[in-house]
Amino acid sequence: MSDPVFQVGQRVRIADRTPPVHHRVPAYAKGHVGVIERVCGLHGQPEKFIRGNGKPAQRIYRVVIPQDELWMNYAGTAADRLEIEIFEHWLESAE
Amino acid sequence: MSDHDHDHEHARTFQPDHAEPTSDGARLGLALRELLIEAGHYTALEEQAVIASMQGASPENGARIVARAWADSAYKARLLANGAAAIRELGFELEPYEFTVMENTADTHNVIVCTLCSCYPRALLGMSPAWYKSSSYRARIVREPRAVLAEFGVTLGDDVAVRVHDSTAELRYMVLPQRPDGTDDWTEQQLTALVTRDSLIGTQRELDVA
Repeated sequence: MSDPVFQVGQRVRIADRTPPVHHRVPAYAKGHVGVIERVCGLHGQPEKFIRGNGKPAQRIYRVVIPQDELWMNYAGTAADRLEIEIFEHWLESAE
Repeated sequence: MSDHDHDHEHARTFQPDHAEPTSDGARLGLALRELLIEAGHYTALEEQAVIASMQGASPENGARIVARAWADSAYKARLLANGAAAIRELGFELEPYEFTVMENTADTHNVIVCTLCSCYPRALLGMSPAWYKSSSYRARIVREPRAVLAEFGVTLGDDVAVRVHDSTAELRYMVLPQRPDGTDDWTEQQLTALVTRDSLIGTQRELDVA
């Protein structure tokens, strides 16, 4: 069990890449900066399931992104937010 | 096929009451399952048991969890802190997924989506509604949640923040709706009957006590 690299409250950037395999990061979130909302457990890597069992497992984090930073001309308030699960190998510190 | 001359063994069929597949995709799916069983990965009986258990799941399970949380604030705290452990207390299980409950409050509204496919706590709540799987809902609820919620009849003022939860990986979500006013002396059973499937997804906010 590896210790989490990121902590609650830390600012992180979601990688903007598109590997030619199944992955679980929607295009709309790629490249955006958010804040870690909670540290979740270790789970199989989607990119590695296609060639085996998803190992080594990776940490999942919940990342919060303000909606008005995610979308141009967002129709809502500054408090509206998108919350998404991202694997550790898709995140880098944006502190 | 009325003379039933095909050569598969019925000991390997999964749902004996199902019609023979007619589309290429369905045939491919059936062939894959037969191969998995032949290779010993699981048995037809095990598959039948999983199907039966999923068919037994329904939003009423979620409603029971919500009613318990309303009736017991200590349970609610445990549910919000660790959903998987809290529903196990009531005999529910959603492994290997991390069950996560998001609480609606006077100034927060939660709504669930899976933009990548159609992830849903199906083993707990049963089949998701058709619109939950539609590309329209999946694309629009993240981009314009207030407009989509209004189409469901949920009109939110600027004093209520929207939290859209995109179920992209191994977590599965349920919304904990607000307990309606005037239900203080209701039993847990009465409270359970108030909770709807859509209120557990977040496309309904007010529960009807009438």
